[in-house]
Amino acid sequence: MKHLPSERHTLSILVDNEAGVLARIVGLFSARGYNIESLTVADVSDDHAVSRITVVTNGPPPVIDQIMAQLDRLVPVHKVVDLTDWGPHVEREMALVKVAGTGDKRVEALRLADIFRARPVDTSTASFVFEVSGSSEKVNQFIALMREVGLVEVARTGVVAIARGAEAV
Amino acid sequence: MGTEMTGADIVVQALTDLGVEVVFGYPGGAVLPIYDALFQQNRIRHILVRHEQAAVHAAEGYARSSGKVGVVLVTSGPGATNAVTGITDALMDSIPLVVLTGQVPTHLIGTDAFQECDTVGITRHCSKHNYLVQETARLGPVLHEAFYIARSGRPGPVVIDIPKDVQIMKARYTKPGVISHKTYKPQVKGDLAAIEAAVDMLAAAERPILYTGGGVINSGPVASQLLRELAKATGAPVTSTLMGLGSVPDDHPQFLGMLGMHGSYEANMAMNKCDLMLCLGARFDDRVTGRLDAFSPTSRKIHVDIDRSSFNKTVRVDLAIQGDVGSVMEDMLKVWRARGHRAADQKAWWEQIKGWRSRNSFGFEQKGEALLPQKAIQRLYEMTKARKPIISTEVGQHQMWAAQHFGFHEPNKWLTSGGLGTMGYGLPAAIGAQLAYPGALVIDIAGEASIQMNIQELGTATQYRLPVKVFIINNEYMGMVRQWQELNHGGRYSESYSDSLPDFVKLAEAYGWKGITIEGPDDLDAGIQAMIDHPGPVMVDCRVAKLANCFPMIPSGASHTDMILSAADERGEADDDAKALV
Repeated sequence: MKHLPSERHTLSILVDNEAGVLARIVGLFSARGYNIESLTVADVSDDHAVSRITVVTNGPPPVIDQIMAQLDRLVPVHKVVDLTDWGPHVEREMALVKVAGTGDKRVEALRLADIFRARPVDTSTASFVFEVSGSSEKVNQFIALMREVGLVEVARTGVVAIARGAEAV
Repeated sequence: MGTEMTGADIVVQALTDLGVEVVFGYPGGAVLPIYDALFQQNRIRHILVRHEQAAVHAAEGYARSSGKVGVVLVTSGPGATNAVTGITDALMDSIPLVVLTGQVPTHLIGTDAFQECDTVGITRHCSKHNYLVQETARLGPVLHEAFYIARSGRPGPVVIDIPKDVQIMKARYTKPGVISHKTYKPQVKGDLAAIEAAVDMLAAAERPILYTGGGVINSGPVASQLLRELAKATGAPVTSTLMGLGSVPDDHPQFLGMLGMHGSYEANMAMNKCDLMLCLGARFDDRVTGRLDAFSPTSRKIHVDIDRSSFNKTVRVDLAIQGDVGSVMEDMLKVWRARGHRAADQKAWWEQIKGWRSRNSFGFEQKGEALLPQKAIQRLYEMTKARKPIISTEVGQHQMWAAQHFGFHEPNKWLTSGGLGTMGYGLPAAIGAQLAYPGALVIDIAGEASIQMNIQELGTATQYRLPVKVFIINNEYMGMVRQWQELNHGGRYSESYSDSLPDFVKLAEAYGWKGITIEGPDDLDAGIQAMIDHPGPVMVDCRVAKLANCFPMIPSGASHTDMILSAADERGEADDDAKALV
C-alpha cells in the first residue's frame, strides 16, 4: 500500500494542553515512519486547556488514513481533522526573511517586497528583515527571489490552517 | 471532601477502592513511602519478584488469566527501565496493566539525580498512556483514570510516574464515582447498518471463514460463547491466531486450528481460498498473513475491531466495524436470527477443507530413539487436560509446539507472548496466573534457553508457596534460531547452541523446588505424573530430540499456499529478500 502516489495533507489536531503532548504527536510520526513537512502548535482556548497542532504531512491515501487513526487513539487528543479532505480551507504561513546588500540590490529587494506585500520589520543601512505571509507557495517564491538580492537567512512558522465558513471543525 | 492523607496513602487507598488484591513489585529508594504505606495495611497483597521485568510479566499472567487489571510497583531509574520489556509486551498483546514507578523528587527531575531516568519519555512509545504526577492532589484522579484507560477500549499498559515528594506530601482524597474521560471514549457498540451489511455478506457467502484473535479473549468469556453461537449459526469454519486460542474448543468440529506461520495447513488454505473472511478481534499480523500480495486474494473481508487503527493497516478490507467484538457478535446474531438466515450450503467448501485436513499437518513421525518434543507436549496435554490447566510459555519452538499440540477449550487458559515474542515471559506469567487461581494447575511450557531469561523467579514461587510447574522442552538449542539457521542460512548454527546448561534438577532443588528429569520416551508418563502429583513447585527437564524442526511452516516471504509441511520440503538457503524478513 505504500507504493501508491503520495498526497499532501494538512491536519488539524486538537489536544490537551499538557506537558509531553507534543512529544506524543511527534513521536508517533517518527516511530511509525510518517513524514512531517511542517508543524505548528499553540494554545487556542480561553482557559489554556486546549492546543491546536497543525501538521502538514504527505503519504499515499491509506497511510494518511493510518495517521488519522493513530492520532485519534492517543488519549490526550480531542479531535483530528484532515482539512485537505474536509474541503475549502485557508492555509497561511509567515516568514521572516533577512536580506543584506547595498545599492541596486537593496532597491530591488524593497520593490519585490512591495509586490509580495512583505513588510520590512527591521532595517539597517545594509540589511532588511521582511515579514511575509500567505500560502507556502507564495512564501517559497518570495524567498527564491530574495536569493538573487542578498538573502541571508529565513525563519518560517510552518502552516496554520482553518476551514472556511461559519462552522468550527 | 474526603480526608487528608499522604500521597503514598492515597495510592494504597485508591488501589483498594479499585478492587486491587495483588501488586507485583520490587522496592527501591524512590518508592519507599508507598512500600511503607503497604506495610501498614493488609488489604492488598504485595508479591516480591526478583527482577522488575518479571513483575510486569507476572501482572500480565494475572491479568490475562483473570480478566482483571494487573498492577506493578517499581522504583525509579533501573526499576523503571527493567520494566520496559514487560510494558512493551503488554502493549503488543493488549493486556490491561497499571504500572506505578517511583521518581526522584520533583525538584531533582532533570538534574541526572541518582536513579533518575525520564520514565515518561522512555515509556511514551511502549505504553497506552502515561502520566507524571506532579501534585499529590492529582494522584487519586490519575489512578482511577489510569485503570479506566488500561481496561477500556483496546486494553493496554498505563504507566504512572510518581516523584518521591508527591508520595510524602498530603492532599485530600475522595473515591470518585463513574469515570468518564473528556476525550477518551472508546466505541463499544458497532454501527448497526454495517453489522446488517456484514450479516448479509455472511449469509450469501459460499466459502466463509471466521478468523478470530486475542480481541475475543479480551472482550470477556461471553465473547467466546457468542463466537461459538456465531459459528453454529453460520456453519462457517473457524481459525484462531496464537492470541485467540481457547475461544473455540480445540475439538470443535468447525475449528481448523491456529493459522499463520506455524498454523495448520487447513486453516491457511481456507484463509487463502475463502470468498468471505470475517476477522473478529485480530489484526492481520505478519505472522498470520505471510506474503501480503498473495494474502487471501479472492475474498471479501470484514474486520471487527475496537481499535480503528487496526483497519487497513496492512490488509485492505471491504467493511470495517469499529466496536467491542463481543457486542458486535451479539448484534450480528440478533440480525442473523431476525432475518431468518440459515447456514448456507457449504458442502463443497467443507469437502475442500476435509481434503486439506487429511494432510494431517500437525502430524509427526517417530524416527529413532529420541523423545520427540511434539510427543512430550501431546502427552502433557492428555495427562493434564482433566485438570483444565492454565498454560504459559516462553518463546520459540516449544511455544509453537504447545500452540499446535496442547488443546485449549476455554478462554483465559493460554498465556503467551505473541506480539513482542519475549523470552522469559512464561515463568513469571505462570506465577501471576497461580496467584489469580491458587487451586489451578499452572504449567509453564519452556525451552532450556528461554527459561534462563527469568530463572531467578524460582525464588518468588518458593517464597509464596506457589505450586507452579515448569516443563522444559530441552533440546540444547535455541531451537527456533537454529531452525531458521538450518532453513535460511545453510545450517551454520551461529551461537544457537545452549552450552554450559545448569543441572536443572539441582537448580530446582537449590530453590526448594522438586526437580525431575525425563531422559527419553520411557520416562515420559512417569515424569509427567510425578510432576502433577507433587503438591509444590516442580521443574521438569525433559530431554528431547535435538534437531527437530517445527512444521508446518510458511517460510519468510512465502504465501499461505507455500507451506512447508515436513522436512522433505526444506530448501537449505533462502534468497536475500527472504533472509531480510523476520
